[in-house]
Amino acid sequence: MSVDTETVSTLTTKRNQTKANLMVGGCTVLGAAAQMLIKRGLLHLPPAPGGGAGLEAWLVFLLGVVTNLPLFLGLSCYGLSTGLLVLALRYGELSVLYPIIALTYVWVSILSVVLLGETTNPFKIAGLIVIVAGVAVLGRTGPKAKG
Amino acid sequence: MKTPLSSILLVIFASFIGSFGAVFLKAGADKLERNLMRLLLNWRLAAGIFFYLTSFVIYTIAIRNGELTILYPMVSMGYLWTLLWARLIFHEPFTRSKFAGIGLILTGVVILNLGNR
Repeated sequence: MSVDTETVSTLTTKRNQTKANLMVGGCTVLGAAAQMLIKRGLLHLPPAPGGGAGLEAWLVFLLGVVTNLPLFLGLSCYGLSTGLLVLALRYGELSVLYPIIALTYVWVSILSVVLLGETTNPFKIAGLIVIVAGVAVLGRTGPKAKG
Repeated sequence: MKTPLSSILLVIFASFIGSFGAVFLKAGADKLERNLMRLLLNWRLAAGIFFYLTSFVIYTIAIRNGELTILYPMVSMGYLWTLLWARLIFHEPFTRSKFAGIGLILTGVVILNLGNR
């Protein structure tokens, strides 16, 4: 009986981990999409009124911000991504999830070059790799670490 | 296009403000109950969301000028602040992995800066 219970609990743990991995994978895609949408939305934003501008100029600007669809969608993706991450963290091991989370940095950099026409160079690529490695290492459970 | 230093500093500041979001959410989560009214009255959760939103606004202002290939990876500085508060406020232990991770992130941010031209 005790063996059976153990097998079932191992299976449940494995299934939960897979579920968490997929959820966090979804988070990274949503997070990267949010960055693209926000940056795109900012391109369509009118310049902020200067210091001497009246209330009306600020209201017009604020209306521009609130009605900016890409910006709104970006914030929504960002919120969804954060919510999904919080849920996923309950199901899976951090040591597995952190390296997946770090993939967001990779997606954003690739998409920035492809969609936003940004340039890249060896320093940017090396810096990115070192940062991703750093985030991945953070999640490793050390001898005394918990959570 | 070179990313201005002001944008880089603003992103790091946004990550600093965002780390307080994590602290208050954690404090709020510790007092979580299955009761909608209590959930709505949980000021720590509200403060956490407030800090996250403020951080988001600062980040948005920051990335108006500059490249995401430089600015977005710098958000990882948030891990440094969060680990600091985890140690100071929640007395979570510093481990070798955490030290190594933070060391790598800081090194990566410096290397990334060298590519800003």
